[in-house]
Amino acid sequence: MNKRSTWALPYFIFLLLFVALPLILILLYAVQDGSGHFTFANITKFFSDKDALSTFALSIEVAIENTALCLLIGYPAAYILADNKLNPSAVTVVLFILPMWINALMRTLATAELFNMAGIQLGKGTLIFGMCYDFLPFMIYPIYNVLKKMDKSYAEAAQDLGATSSEVFRKVTLPLSMPGVWSGIMMVFMPTVSTFAISEFLTNNRIKLFGTIIQENINNSMWNYGAALSLIMLVIIGFTTLFQKDDRQESSRGGAL
Amino acid sequence: MDKDIINLRHISKSFGDNKVLDDINLNVRKGEFVTFLGPSGCGKTTLLRILAGFDNPDSGTVELDGKDISSLPPYKRPLNTVFQRYALFPHLDVYDNIAFGLKLKKVPEEEIAKRVKRVLKLVSMSDYEDRDVDSLSGGQQQRVAIARALINQPRVLLLDEPLSALDLKMRKDMQIELKEMHDKLGITFIYVTHDQEEALTLSDTIVVMNEGHVLQVGSPIDIYNEPQTAYVANFIGESNILDATMLGDLRVRFIDHDFDCVDKGFGTDVPVDVVVRPEDIYFTTKPEKCQFKATVTSLTFKGVHYEMWVKTDSGYELMIQDYDPYQVGTEVMLYIDPDDIQVMHKESLANVFEGEITGEGKVEFLGTQFECPTEGFAVGDTVRVEVPFDKVDLLDHDDAADLVGNVAGILFRGNYNQLTVKTEDKTNIRVDTCDIWDKNDYVGIKILPEDIHLFKVKAENE
Repeated sequence: MNKRSTWALPYFIFLLLFVALPLILILLYAVQDGSGHFTFANITKFFSDKDALSTFALSIEVAIENTALCLLIGYPAAYILADNKLNPSAVTVVLFILPMWINALMRTLATAELFNMAGIQLGKGTLIFGMCYDFLPFMIYPIYNVLKKMDKSYAEAAQDLGATSSEVFRKVTLPLSMPGVWSGIMMVFMPTVSTFAISEFLTNNRIKLFGTIIQENINNSMWNYGAALSLIMLVIIGFTTLFQKDDRQESSRGGAL
Repeated sequence: MDKDIINLRHISKSFGDNKVLDDINLNVRKGEFVTFLGPSGCGKTTLLRILAGFDNPDSGTVELDGKDISSLPPYKRPLNTVFQRYALFPHLDVYDNIAFGLKLKKVPEEEIAKRVKRVLKLVSMSDYEDRDVDSLSGGQQQRVAIARALINQPRVLLLDEPLSALDLKMRKDMQIELKEMHDKLGITFIYVTHDQEEALTLSDTIVVMNEGHVLQVGSPIDIYNEPQTAYVANFIGESNILDATMLGDLRVRFIDHDFDCVDKGFGTDVPVDVVVRPEDIYFTTKPEKCQFKATVTSLTFKGVHYEMWVKTDSGYELMIQDYDPYQVGTEVMLYIDPDDIQVMHKESLANVFEGEITGEGKVEFLGTQFECPTEGFAVGDTVRVEVPFDKVDLLDHDDAADLVGNVAGILFRGNYNQLTVKTEDKTNIRVDTCDIWDKNDYVGIKILPEDIHLFKVKAENE
């Protein structure tokens, strides 16, 4: 047993160096002023900083819109991909995942160029488009996985008991695929809140998201305020995860997976 | 009671190249407990799925109460299914699972509650309404699945190997309960199983199936005592299946002895198959009763009875079941009652294939070129090719073989084995051999030129 546990040592060191230590550093920086004295000023500054607050609100709004859009496009896509009759080959799945093989920054830059070429004004519309384009696979894949593994006999049993195709979907397929939907939502929502590169390239910095502000602060050597903002974002995202985790257990009660 | 509730007419179904059902015709009487019995892959589940509406037949019609329901989707058919793995909805509790069908039909809530209570009592699961289906044991899930189907008061209840996931003891209990439920409700049950004992226990009528065909339909007693083919005899219970010659009415010869029997009308000197159940061969100590002598070669205790293998004085091996053991090496005297000898027509004596003459001395069948004398035939002629069962050689390597296949079935026939070899293009070849092969063995098949017999096929009308 003892020998086994030593195998975990490298991972433990890795976690310590690259997860725990940075978090502690963020925490330390967040509660210090520029000269190293303990203070809550950085955090209170955020709550009195109207710009920061409105940017934060906008980030959440954009993230919700993007997640909703991804879900709207992603669920039907996953449903079609997982259906053997509608999609007899696995190749199409790869096609959907393929964009993930190209670096997200390059894709975003290319998208921005395309908009410029087409003469489309960069703004919130292009931002949402770019985000959806980048994050859609993260929504499709977990839902696809749940649907693909779902026992066909559930749908057949529902049909057998008198459910039409739409009733089968509403009363059986959809509820049973909720675990996948929740992972998809989390995998899209969380990174969208903190992203900054996409908003920079696709709105020419016209729209600033929360991630952008953090990045600007840090770039301008305002480490302490930047750290405080990161901490706030971390806490809020952490809260949403906790909340969703409960929900998730509720919805997958009985555990199809 | 005697009115037909379901008529299947000329049902055929293929998945790709694989013909799963071939022209099935079947009538089910109202209130009957019917079992589709056969090995896995015989098409029984597909037939059930066609009844339920999950699969559509390529041709043929399904009639319910004389009305064609072939084109109705499953949700419009007044039939309900109990699935092999139950398929209870994991996101709903027991009550909501059972109420699922009634809620869809917008039955008032109070009536649903009343009916759920009643049906739960029927399956001995009262007070389980609020339980999660995952917290139930396999047997309990099974009961809920049955309740979920029965609450809709289906015209016919379809059960797809519902007990196969349960352990032996539980299975026996559920068999009795299912039978009681059927008697109480008067609903027609159609039950699919590969377990012959289960079929014999439960059914009013058994439909024995193999390779997409219905081999025999009858009551359990008929099927057991009067199997119509060697396959049925072998599949249902233990049996000694032997080559025999009908000497005339009421007289048959097998294992090199002559026996009285109760069958007539087969003709004289006609080759037939004979089935003798192992419990129908009796030991005797009176020489005047003895029909043949044998030596016991093995003895196994089976709980209620002993199972013995004997080698007859003429060299055949027979299985005997008896309450009294005879030690290995004992010389015994045996007799068989005329009643217990079941005589059957031989299905065929040779493999028959369709072939084509592809050249001088060359014929193609089974997707392979064979050499054989082709006098009297022209290149391009379509011919009927016959190869006797005992003229097919099996090899354990494929370099000298004409084609390859897998042993799909073995039938011991007293002094040789009759194998069914499935070739790569899914054709069955019968092979009689004294060699020992195991099921699923990969074999090379070789046929000598002089054993290939060609016959003219009448020219098709153009």
